[in-house]
Amino acid sequence: MDAFEAALGGDPVALDPWLATGERPQAGLWVYRNTTAKARADALAALYPTVERLVGRDWFRDAALIFGGDQPPESPVMDAFGAGFPDWLERFPPAGGFSYLAPAARLDAAWSEAHRAIDAPVVVAADVTGQPPARLFGATARLHPSARLFWFDWTVPSIWLANRPDAEPGQTVIWDEKPEGLIILRPRMEVTSRRLTRAEWAFLDACRCGQSLGQAASAAFRVDPATVLPTLFAGLLGAGVFTAIDMEPSQ
Amino acid sequence: MNDRSTAGPSPHGPTAGLGLKAQHYEQALACPAAGLWFEVHPENYMVDGGPRLAWLEAVRRDKPLSLHGVGLSLAADQPPDPDHLGRLKALADRYEPFVMSEHLAWSARGDVYHPDLLPFPRTRRLLDQVCDNVSAAQDALGRRLLIENPSLYLDLRGHEMSEPEFLSAMVARTGCGLLLDINNVFVSASNLKQSAVAYLDALPADAIGEIHLAGHAPDDRWGEDLLIDTHGAPVSAAVWSLYERTMARIGPRPTLIERDENLPDFDVLMAERGIADAILRQIPEARRA
Repeated sequence: MDAFEAALGGDPVALDPWLATGERPQAGLWVYRNTTAKARADALAALYPTVERLVGRDWFRDAALIFGGDQPPESPVMDAFGAGFPDWLERFPPAGGFSYLAPAARLDAAWSEAHRAIDAPVVVAADVTGQPPARLFGATARLHPSARLFWFDWTVPSIWLANRPDAEPGQTVIWDEKPEGLIILRPRMEVTSRRLTRAEWAFLDACRCGQSLGQAASAAFRVDPATVLPTLFAGLLGAGVFTAIDMEPSQ
Repeated sequence: MNDRSTAGPSPHGPTAGLGLKAQHYEQALACPAAGLWFEVHPENYMVDGGPRLAWLEAVRRDKPLSLHGVGLSLAADQPPDPDHLGRLKALADRYEPFVMSEHLAWSARGDVYHPDLLPFPRTRRLLDQVCDNVSAAQDALGRRLLIENPSLYLDLRGHEMSEPEFLSAMVARTGCGLLLDINNVFVSASNLKQSAVAYLDALPADAIGEIHLAGHAPDDRWGEDLLIDTHGAPVSAAVWSLYERTMARIGPRPTLIERDENLPDFDVLMAERGIADAILRQIPEARRA
């Protein structure tokens, strides 16, 4: 089996003692090598469909082959394979000229994580109607376990949204140094993504760090003094961003 | 250890099933065909939550389910991964499959997982290890496993017994059953220039608890000299004929149509499944004991 692993890895003579001589036996080894490479590339393509669409199928297959050699799967659960792909892409020289690739891969990874994340309840507007504002300000809002927050200095979310498998074709997207935010989550059975304003991002980032809604509101005002708090909060509730709101015990 | 695996999935005797693909969830859920059952790779459902588990649960409410694992690596020279066995058991406890199966192959060693079913020399020493692995897996799962014969592409040296001898010994020592993949038998026999019929006749018939049927394709370069088990085409005429012969000899068994590549419409797969179902129904009552 040591010899077989070496042969799969590309060592042409490792398996010689076990094989009949001739070209045809070596062809059989290629079947195993191809199957392994294809299974890895298929798994990676399923996890990173936007990256595949951005670079094209052939480029992606070639990169997947090299990545699979650098970071082979450790488990038969292929969802776990490729977790290191965004970081790897960042250091992969042929991707050097495409600085949106690694960030787009991070968004793809977040989509897959949200898809298989644990199911959890969603707080809706009716759950908080009638709560005195002072009480809400002292409460903490827990983000849905599927939620992943992103803030970029460049237009990564626009590029990603326009190149998802279900995106409308033919959109023109400009790669520009313009800040954009995005949240990816699965409040119920469907993964959704929603652009975030800077105030929304600051608000959610504070919630993610365990700060109170009052502190989160201050964070939102700091980045955008024109924030209309009820509108911001209602928008996030409508998107299903929170799984629970923990009220402080009444004094 | 329960022994449900040799019983058919329906009260009317062994019937034919389909591999369940995500693209076909809705049609699978709505399909009223009598005796229809589904098989999935449990590795695709080892997730914390979300639509995959919800769909599987919905399908399982109406239809019998088979869990066909690809990751236990039972023919490796190391015991099966206890974490993976734990995940398998959790799925089996939740979805109560009527049968669970795995492969006679290896794919994991140390920290590396090869997403393939790799061959090995059938030595007495490895038979001991495989039997230990199968017993350990069955004990951990609390269920009997059916073990599937592999497709072979390489004529390895160093075998001390034939594959049917190896499988028969494994059945006798561990109490496991066999999942007979007739396409794999055909592909291996063709690639290694052996007789598929002689192979089939040498298997312990009573241990066979399920049949797999799939399509294969000739290699781009080597043609018919090297057949590949692609699961990407309809079942070939030669494999149908071996299937009919085998069912007539050993009696009906739950039979799965496997298709993973070039996925056609659900209706096309159901039509192919209908052929297997018709063959199963033709078997005289006397053989249905």
